[in-house]
Amino acid sequence: MTSGVGVRLSGTVLHGDQCLFAGLSLELTAQQWTCLLGPSGVGKSTLLRLLAGLSSGGEFSGKIVADDGLCVTDRIAYMAQRDLLFPWLNVKQNVMLGQRLRATTTDGARADALIRQVGLAEHIDKRPHQLSGGMRQRAALARTLMEDTPIVLLDEPFSALDARSRSDMQELAFAVLQGKTVLLVTHDPAEAVRLSHHLYLMSGQGLVAQTIKTAAPIRAVDDPATLKAQADLLLTLKSGI
Amino acid sequence: MQSERIDGATKTRAVDLGVSIVLILIVWQIMVWITAVPPYILPGPIRVFNAFMNNAELITQHGLVTATEVLIGLVIGTTFGALTALYMMISNTARRFVMPVLVLSQTVPVFALAPMLTLWLGYGLGSKIAMTILIIFFPVASTFYDGLRTTPNGFLDLAQSMRATPLRTLVYVRVPAALPALASGLRLAAVYAPIGAVIGEWVGASRGLGYLMLLANGRVKIDLMFAALMALCGFTILLRAVIGRICNRINHWAG
Repeated sequence: MTSGVGVRLSGTVLHGDQCLFAGLSLELTAQQWTCLLGPSGVGKSTLLRLLAGLSSGGEFSGKIVADDGLCVTDRIAYMAQRDLLFPWLNVKQNVMLGQRLRATTTDGARADALIRQVGLAEHIDKRPHQLSGGMRQRAALARTLMEDTPIVLLDEPFSALDARSRSDMQELAFAVLQGKTVLLVTHDPAEAVRLSHHLYLMSGQGLVAQTIKTAAPIRAVDDPATLKAQADLLLTLKSGI
Repeated sequence: MQSERIDGATKTRAVDLGVSIVLILIVWQIMVWITAVPPYILPGPIRVFNAFMNNAELITQHGLVTATEVLIGLVIGTTFGALTALYMMISNTARRFVMPVLVLSQTVPVFALAPMLTLWLGYGLGSKIAMTILIIFFPVASTFYDGLRTTPNGFLDLAQSMRATPLRTLVYVRVPAALPALASGLRLAAVYAPIGAVIGEWVGASRGLGYLMLLANGRVKIDLMFAALMALCGFTILLRAVIGRICNRINHWAG
């Protein structure tokens, strides 16, 4: 398994003549979770898409470098708010999609193991429309794991789930993504506090690093220090940073 | 469970269609009785049914010719239409030059081309198959091309993040995602294809339901003409149902 890649993004994002973000600096620590928290529409996903090498609607001028000097976009796995499961494929075929798209050798046994790991062993032959929202995100998580990349980019992957499924998925994702360098984009302070090793607040002015003064993630939902950190973050968000 | 729902809906539609047809036939027969219109102008459905039964073998022979023309035209037209859509998708040059020609071609009434096709391809199957191909090519090509162009962005982002080549993105993402659109084109084609074949037969033929209708008309056997027309309608409904069923099977995921 490949692992242990830190990433640093620095630069400016332009949209036409307009400067969206100037002097951005974002660091993803190797094998840890970094969360990007901010209100909807502030540009969190734009940053994530820049890291993923996807079209972002903005022009980036700057550097995205990995600490080992190798290409970043070739070593990412991407998980979005929508599960993006292909409706014409079953769960296993969806999990093995990356291998199929790259024409590399398919590893059915590994796909089976990952599907078991996310708790979908009984649904391996089902199509996406036969699964609940939570199950679909589990399948998407298995597909992300199947990519076996050291960097994982999560774009609000749990935001469409109900509270219980979201909490379950946070715990599952944190467990199965151990050893990966993870960037989580979210607008939910509770989720950010629960999962972050490092946290950035994003506003129209740019990124501000935040410190969470509690134990390491994943943090208990009923831990008083975690709840206090969530409340403080929410107040900071409401004040417009 | 979903297929049971689809089967149930199909049965309901079939019953609705059956009821509508019976109602139309009843109104038709009543109109014929009330107006006492002579049978060489408008025969009633009972007379048409009798003509059908008395000429079943003749109608079947001509029907098989028309069916052959339609099916061959459908296969070739669909193949050409789908390949053209794929070509426009992968080639900027094709998109620039083929698409305007395709749109422009729709301003030419296909029916007006039938005499020329008969002149060039003769009175046999060729000219009818060509008419069928011409009439279904555009709906197949344009619906499939629209489907290929409108792949959900999320699917394309995912494929790009997985480092898929453009060709594999086309084959494994764009094409399957466009199959419901292609199915819409095929359903239209199933209805249009018999029109193409019959127009071709009207212009010049010695076999086929279109030819039989003209022949019966010329000999004032209007009941036979109607019987041939009913056979054509029945074939078209059957073809549309079979194509619809195949499309539903392929696109069962599209709901």
